[in-house]
Amino acid sequence: MTRLMLALCTLVFGLFCLSLLVGPARIAPADSLLGLLRGGLDPVAMVMREIRLPRAILAVLVGGSLGLAGAAMQGYLRNPLAEPGLIGVSASAALGAVIAIQSGLAAAFMLGLPLMALAGALVGVMLVLALAGPRGGALTLILAGIAISAMAGAITQLVLNLSKNPFAVNEIVFWMMGSLADRSLTHVWLALPFTLLGWLVLARLGRGLDALTLGEDAAATMGVHLGRLRLMLVLGTACVVGAATAVAGTIGFVGLVVPHLLRPLVGAQPSRLLPASALGGAAMVLAADIAVRLVVPERDLKLGVLTALVGAPLFLHLIYKTRKEQP
Amino acid sequence: MERRIALSTLVCVRLSRLISAVAALVLASALAGAPALAGAPQRVVSVNLCTDQLALMLAAPGQVISVTKLAAVPRVSTMAAQAADIPANSGLAEEIYMLQPDLVVAGRFTDRATLDMLRRLGVPVEVFSPAYALQDVPQRVRQMGQALGRVAEAQALVQRFEADLAAISTPGPRPRAALYYANGYTSGDSSLAGQILRAGGFDNIAQELGAIGALPLELLAMANPDVVVTGQPYPGASRAEAIMQHPVVAQLKRQHTSGTMTDRDWVCGTPYVLRAIADMRALRAQLEAQR
Repeated sequence: MTRLMLALCTLVFGLFCLSLLVGPARIAPADSLLGLLRGGLDPVAMVMREIRLPRAILAVLVGGSLGLAGAAMQGYLRNPLAEPGLIGVSASAALGAVIAIQSGLAAAFMLGLPLMALAGALVGVMLVLALAGPRGGALTLILAGIAISAMAGAITQLVLNLSKNPFAVNEIVFWMMGSLADRSLTHVWLALPFTLLGWLVLARLGRGLDALTLGEDAAATMGVHLGRLRLMLVLGTACVVGAATAVAGTIGFVGLVVPHLLRPLVGAQPSRLLPASALGGAAMVLAADIAVRLVVPERDLKLGVLTALVGAPLFLHLIYKTRKEQP
Repeated sequence: MERRIALSTLVCVRLSRLISAVAALVLASALAGAPALAGAPQRVVSVNLCTDQLALMLAAPGQVISVTKLAAVPRVSTMAAQAADIPANSGLAEEIYMLQPDLVVAGRFTDRATLDMLRRLGVPVEVFSPAYALQDVPQRVRQMGQALGRVAEAQALVQRFEADLAAISTPGPRPRAALYYANGYTSGDSSLAGQILRAGGFDNIAQELGAIGALPLELLAMANPDVVVTGQPYPGASRAEAIMQHPVVAQLKRQHTSGTMTDRDWVCGTPYVLRAIADMRALRAQLEAQR
């Protein structure tokens, strides 16, 4: 394990512990950790095990997924602008999740929610890859992303507006901005299998992505099956983004910022960027989730607000750089 | 359990007096066909759920020509049966104006643009503030009586309401309760729901915590109330209501006693808040029986 990975692991672990200690109920750190281990039905144990622990675990799962998916997509398309949130994959996953909830599928069948979100993400990824083409030029990628995001977002809002439930319309904000507030262990169990499966699929792409940096022909001569690589990328991304979006809504810019920051530190090698980016994503979402609880605790600030505040300026910087490189 | 039934029967008996008073009022005016006073508005349109109910309780037959769509929904309206035969509106200036009303009754939070347009078009608009306390109920009833030219009917209803309210006493220990709505909201004593809870013989944990609006789930768990009172979920799922099924809330409800807010009695400041208070007193009796 390199020094970078060690540092990232320490960072994630530290933020995970901090996440367990921060919350509106003022519990002394020692008490809260004891409550976590003790179990039972007393209030401290309930708060720790049913509110804070799921929240911290989900932050790691969601952040890791978004970081990993971002790095994998950027590696495949060889374009630093590819990111699940930006190119509409998260938005289409959210659409799937909303349809599952509103149609009653999520209530009737336990895995209905993550499966529908996965299906949404699958459609989103395939559309992006089809529209952007195998080379994924910056312009087509962004245009495809805008179109898919707008479409999926509009249908999501339409479904919520047509709902019989008076509270449904307010949820547009959640599906646009994402939040980890008041999730439970049920959500962890829903997301975990798909997330782990997706991580496994994406983590194995490293060698193929490394070869792809030399160009498609070179990669093919090195024995990389491009069609298979693409299929695995689509499936893996759909799994992780679908599961993450189903439980936490759409959290943007994580998959953009994290690989961008870490790329120079791993020598721009995709196989090394993948795990680093997963850890970096987990750290970023953990940090953002701690921040929403500290900045304005009484306001239920959404996660996506913070990640966008960090991510959007970087996005502009990337576009500016891309433009300068073009003649 | 028997004690609980006995107590709730007692509460119900008193309450049925009020309900029969409302029914009698509606029925009497229907049978006698008592026309509204001369000079009183003859074509009243209501664009707010709460004014719908007040207007239907007090109006002469045929005096209210349109109410909101919600007024006929039994879940949120105490006057659903009466509203069923009255054409519904969806609160848009255009359709209201086409009804040619001589009075529009609206809530404080009805769309300002709609009301301004109606006023510009020369339609009188009477605005009702929401009830924030039990004391606001008689005032709103009187205001509606004035607006509709049904002062005597309003006075009769107010007298009955005040007598029934004064008759409620809740001696003994006051269990700690939490009101917990969709999106994790709660209300304190300076709200109608908070006052209903207090009149039902409970102390509100929102008051201890100084929580206004959102009550973080963690604080609810730490406060460990004797009773959690939640809303009824609406048809069609929502994430906002899913919080009421969170393991922590479910555990609190299992461990202790739980109550349900019947929206129609809790939302609007009509005399039917007495029914909500009766529900809370029955809940408290149930809690005492368990101890």
